[in-house]
Amino acid sequence: MEVLWFALVAIMIAGYVVLDGFDMGAGIIHLYAARSERERRSIIASIGPVWDGNEVWLLAGGGTLYFAFPALYASSFSGFYLPLMMVLWLLILRGISIEFRNHLDSPTWKPLWDFVFTFASALLAIFFGAALGNVVRGVPLNPEGEFFLPLWTNFLPGTDAGILDWYTILVGVFAFATLTLHGALWVWYRTEGPVQERSRRIAWWALAAVTVCMVVTTIASWSVQPQIPASFARYPLGYIFPLLAIAGLAGIPFYLLRGRELMAFLHSCLFIVGMLTSAAFGIFPYVLPSNAPTHLGLTVYAAAAPAYGLRVGLMWWIPGMLLAVGYTAFVYHRFAGKIRLEGEQEGYGTY
Amino acid sequence: MDSAFALHRLHFAFTITFHYLFPQLTMGLALLIVVLKTMALRTGNPHYDRSARFWAKIFAINFGMGVVTGIPMEFQFGTNWARFSKAAGGVIGQTLAMEGVFSFFLESSFLGVFLLGEKRLGRIGHWFSAFAVFAGSWLSGYFIIATNAWMQHPVAYTLGPNGEILLSSFWGLLLNPWILWQYLHNMTGSVMTAAGVMASIGAFYLLSGKHTNYGRTFVRIGVIVGLISACLLAFPTGDGQGRNIARHQPVTLAAMEGLFETVEGAPMAIMGQPDLNNQKLDNPFLLPKVLSFITHQRWEAEVKGLNHFPRDQWPDNIPLLFYSFHIMVGLGTIFIALMALAALLLVLRRLDRTRPMLWALMLLLPFPYIANTAGWITAELGRQPWLIYGLMRTENGWSPHVSSGNTLFTLIGFMGMYLVLGILFLFLVRREIEHGPEQAPAGEVK
Repeated sequence: MEVLWFALVAIMIAGYVVLDGFDMGAGIIHLYAARSERERRSIIASIGPVWDGNEVWLLAGGGTLYFAFPALYASSFSGFYLPLMMVLWLLILRGISIEFRNHLDSPTWKPLWDFVFTFASALLAIFFGAALGNVVRGVPLNPEGEFFLPLWTNFLPGTDAGILDWYTILVGVFAFATLTLHGALWVWYRTEGPVQERSRRIAWWALAAVTVCMVVTTIASWSVQPQIPASFARYPLGYIFPLLAIAGLAGIPFYLLRGRELMAFLHSCLFIVGMLTSAAFGIFPYVLPSNAPTHLGLTVYAAAAPAYGLRVGLMWWIPGMLLAVGYTAFVYHRFAGKIRLEGEQEGYGTY
Repeated sequence: MDSAFALHRLHFAFTITFHYLFPQLTMGLALLIVVLKTMALRTGNPHYDRSARFWAKIFAINFGMGVVTGIPMEFQFGTNWARFSKAAGGVIGQTLAMEGVFSFFLESSFLGVFLLGEKRLGRIGHWFSAFAVFAGSWLSGYFIIATNAWMQHPVAYTLGPNGEILLSSFWGLLLNPWILWQYLHNMTGSVMTAAGVMASIGAFYLLSGKHTNYGRTFVRIGVIVGLISACLLAFPTGDGQGRNIARHQPVTLAAMEGLFETVEGAPMAIMGQPDLNNQKLDNPFLLPKVLSFITHQRWEAEVKGLNHFPRDQWPDNIPLLFYSFHIMVGLGTIFIALMALAALLLVLRRLDRTRPMLWALMLLLPFPYIANTAGWITAELGRQPWLIYGLMRTENGWSPHVSSGNTLFTLIGFMGMYLVLGILFLFLVRREIEHGPEQAPAGEVK
């Protein structure tokens, strides 16, 4: 039951990264890919109706983590206090930059929010990557399963590491490149004309960066977290997750060359899911490893809520998520197709 | 009091108070938008569609603010209240996760469709998307109240061998008897805010001679809905909630009323200043025996005063609790009187010409917000010194590894951020009010 919930939470987090990831990536490339007001509006319009729903995956995933693994939620959220608060501020800035930009036509108002949008999106990608890096590297848990990390110490992933060390920064850069690629492929899929052309060029550059980062990060993770090679050695079936990631990554240039927009984007989704599940599999059975004596790490069994709660949780979670996937599919279906600003003349929208 | 502990409390209090300024409008306004869309469907009059469109714009700005200030709330359970989360996450995590899964997906999906798809969806489809947003937001309110109700009145749990709190009945948690009155009282309060805002903006239009057609509609709906909700706030919802407190949190009741000594035929204080040093209420203005009657339905019933309870069970900020409760009740009483008078003028068809009443309605705007906020301060301060009533004291719930320096850093950060957000919000809403409903034709995309 604990393992099942671990998988479900991992799926929700992967769902969040795939969905909010593309609108974050769209934000990262926004300033460069779109030059004129019309072009910028087309990028905003491509994420306008969905970004808020995408962010709900974070809330729903966080809530699920909360009730299924309360000890993990309490320990990691208080331990990563400062970076999480900064993530919240960035999420606020990013949300209002999308919501507010189209309210006013002014030569100072829109460029300001466009800048905030790109700035917050880029930093969020790096922060989320660094957070993942911290979870993989491990944290100095005490016997009560609590810890507190400063933002940085000596930038070395040793036992007195801070949030930022060379390894977690590396994962942050990797995440930034991955979401840039992901967002560029989304914009390539949803727009046309010069914006589409520019996002295609960005996608190629980002693809090269992602490939380099993936190799370096994989090697680094293998040496920083000894649990990873141990996990893969014990259950070689787990290699399916990195293979999925590689298949996804290989599919991107293939479809990029052939101009198959949706397929390229879907392969980017596959790549992200493959990388995240590889990381989750690699640290299992830990959900939050220790970076010192290993027996202090928080395992999936120690962090989980009691059996009754997990069992009843399943009763509402499954129908609830089916409904949620239904709404999400409905909205994506409603707003599918290329963004054409002329054809968009309806609604009260502010997008 | 440990300064880190005090800062963690202030951190939550500040962020939740600011956050709740927005959902309290959107939950009530979602209902009023459904009312407007229903009137548009039934009369076929585009006047109501335009009115709904105008309020949808106000709604969208508020909703966006509610979303961005709401995300920190869920996170803070883990960041600032780790010990509480670890102990109780298996219980209240259920309701918080259900909020995300059942209401946020519904609400956010259909809000996009509602705001951007009026033509694509057709009249019935668009009405339905408005209804889905309403249903999602009221469901969200239910899960939050269920969470708070469990903290006020924990049920459906057992204690494990190491004192951990284990959920024992899912339906017991969702159907906690505390929920009923708290939910209805809270949601009626939210409708009161929306009705007050609608009446206020309508009165503003009538007084300034702009968009007067719409002004009349807004005042009419605001006054009718405002009168209904003001009455329901007092009875039965406020009364029911009061009896819950009298029964399950008697020390809170005594503190709210500033009652230090146990007496038969206890009076109700309309005003006064609790004096903790001398254990009495200074400058009291008392209604004899009323408190006994409303809590026990007998004029001579005994009501326990604060001195009946050990000092370590007293709420830790009795004066603020007393004031916030009295501000809420006082404003609620004024709302009933004002709305009844306005409704009378409406029936006599003299409301649009009675300028003093329009002025009063226009100036009403901030007061439902104040009343709702004071109500929540009453609920949360009244629960003190407990985080989970009778189970976990607040001083045992915070994150001991997060120092006061870090907490103050983020508190200042939130204060600065929310100041900027608040200014931008007022600026944008003022612009929409200035433009008015006529400026929002269906074809315009900005």
